This record gives sequence, structure tokens and C-alpha cells, in this order.
Amino acid sequence: MMRRRACLLALLVLVQVACVPFAHAIDPLEFKDRAEEQRFQKLTRELRCLVCQNQDLADSDALLAKDLRREVFEMMRAGKSDGEIKAFMTQRYGDFVLYNPPVQANTWVLWFGPLVVLLLGAAVVVRVVRRRAGSATDTNDTTAAGVDEV
Amino acid sequence: MKFLRYLLPLVLFLGLSALLASGLGKDPRVVPSPLVGKPAPAFDLPTLRDPARRAGSATLAGQPYLLNVWATWCVMCREEHDTLMSLSRSKLIPIVGLDWKDDHPSALAWLQQLGDPYTEIVSDDDGRVAIDFGVYGAPETFLVDAQGVIRHKFIGPLTPGIVERELKPRVAALRAGAK
Repeated sequence: MMRRRACLLALLVLVQVACVPFAHAIDPLEFKDRAEEQRFQKLTRELRCLVCQNQDLADSDALLAKDLRREVFEMMRAGKSDGEIKAFMTQRYGDFVLYNPPVQANTWVLWFGPLVVLLLGAAVVVRVVRRRAGSATDTNDTTAAGVDEV
Repeated sequence: MKFLRYLLPLVLFLGLSALLASGLGKDPRVVPSPLVGKPAPAFDLPTLRDPARRAGSATLAGQPYLLNVWATWCVMCREEHDTLMSLSRSKLIPIVGLDWKDDHPSALAWLQQLGDPYTEIVSDDDGRVAIDFGVYGAPETFLVDAQGVIRHKFIGPLTPGIVERELKPRVAALRAGAK
């Protein structure tokens, strides 16, 4: 009985230890007020942690993410604007740190590509529908219309 | 004309396949650094071997060097160490170590045990200089020219193959340009 209890205790301790790394990334940052905290949360959610690439800075437990959160916090305290803080990050890590990629020459395909494809598709649909409507009214007796549309 | 129309989906498909295939071979962990081609960030840090002495971009200026970001907690750095040792023996280029957020006694013990390839080692305890260099995972190695401009960034461990194919030609070009 004693043995089983000891085992259970050991297991509990083990589970607790194992859970520690999965706890949320919390740093001992002292925010002045709610607004400052919200600004910090918003900023760190828009920045990527490059160590674990699909996590943002707010969520990541990586050592570097912790350092970068501290850096963001100190820049906020120093009165830097959101734009200046993001510029600090992109100067060092490139545009990849931004979850929201800027609209610039090398991202035009990314931003407008889907729209272009959509417009092309719409143009094709409009053409096919028009032709079908046309062939339905004046060449009712021909079967060629069915072959044309791919 | 009709023939072309049937061919169009195939052409689109092949084009899309080529676009997607070109992305397959890329390593998503390798993020190109915006600092290549720009002056290396200024830094001035205590040296690992003698914390009372400081070294940095000012003391290193005047000759090309490699800045190797490493730490004892970095597993890949251990893998890279032999390459650094033989690179140091070849006297191709001075290797400066940036000991990143590391425990000093462990770092010194590591060098004693595995050998010391560095001409200079600075300790970046709070990780600020590493952030300035855009470091996101050790090991990373920067090739800095005599004017202090970053010429190339190696992400991940250096290997004899990388030294032969990618480092040596670049160092040779730097030396040829300097003459």
C-alpha cells in the first residue's frame, strides 16, 4: 500500500514537471496599465518567432522569443512607435518576421495573384455562359455547342 | 486553334507544378538575412578568456574574419567544432567566436576538451548582439570583410564541404579584391 502511494506521488510529481515547459510563455513584465499590455500582446502576435517558425513571439517558449519580447517591451517603454519596433525587427530578421507581409514589389504576386486568378476565372465563366446563351437561341438544332465548352 | 485550347489546361498544370516543385527543395529553416551586404552591427563585449578585457567590431576592423555564433548548449555546434578546428589550422581566415547566452565555465571547459579554434571569443550574455546580427539559431557564421561589411551568412553548421565550396572561393575573392 505504502509502495503504491509512493508510486502515485512520484507519478504526480513527474506529471507536474513534464507540464512545466507547456505552460504559457509568461515573462515577469510589469505593465503600467491595461492599454500597454494590450499593445504589447498585439505587437508580439504580429511578429514571428524564427526558432519555431509557425509560432508568434507572444506564444513561443524559445529562449530567443523571450529575449525579443524583452526587446519589444523596452522599445515600447522608450516611446518607440509600432512602426519603429517592426522596422527594428525587419532590419535584423527580414520581412519574414512579419505575419502580415507588407505590400511591395516582391509581394505583389502574393497579394494580387489570387485576385488575378479570380478575375481570369470569372472572364472564362462569363464567356462560356454568353456563348451558351447565344447558341441556345439561334442554333437550337446543332449539337456542336456541347463540344465547344471545355 | 481548337487544338491550343485543349492544350491550355496542360500548360497551366505544368506551370503550376514547376512553381510548386521549385519550392520543394528549399529548406524553410534557412531565412535569408537582410544584413548581407550591409555593415556588421557595432559591438563591444567582454572576452570569454579574460572578462576584464573587451573586444568588438572596432578592434577587429582592418581584416576579414568569420564571426561564429556558438554555445555549449547548442548540439549542432559540437558537430561543427571539428570543421572549425581544421579551418583554424589551415589559417585561411581568423575565426572570432560569439559565445551566445552561455555559461562561462562550461564554455571554457568545452574549449579545453575539444580544442580552441578561435582567435578571439566574446561573451554575449544577454543575447543583444546576437539580436543585432539577426541570429535565430546557433550555429550561424558571418563572413565579414576588412571594411566591416557582412559578405555572407552561413546558417547551420559549417562542414568541410561548405568550407571548400562556399567559404574558400569567397575568402579568395575578398583577398583578391583587397590587393
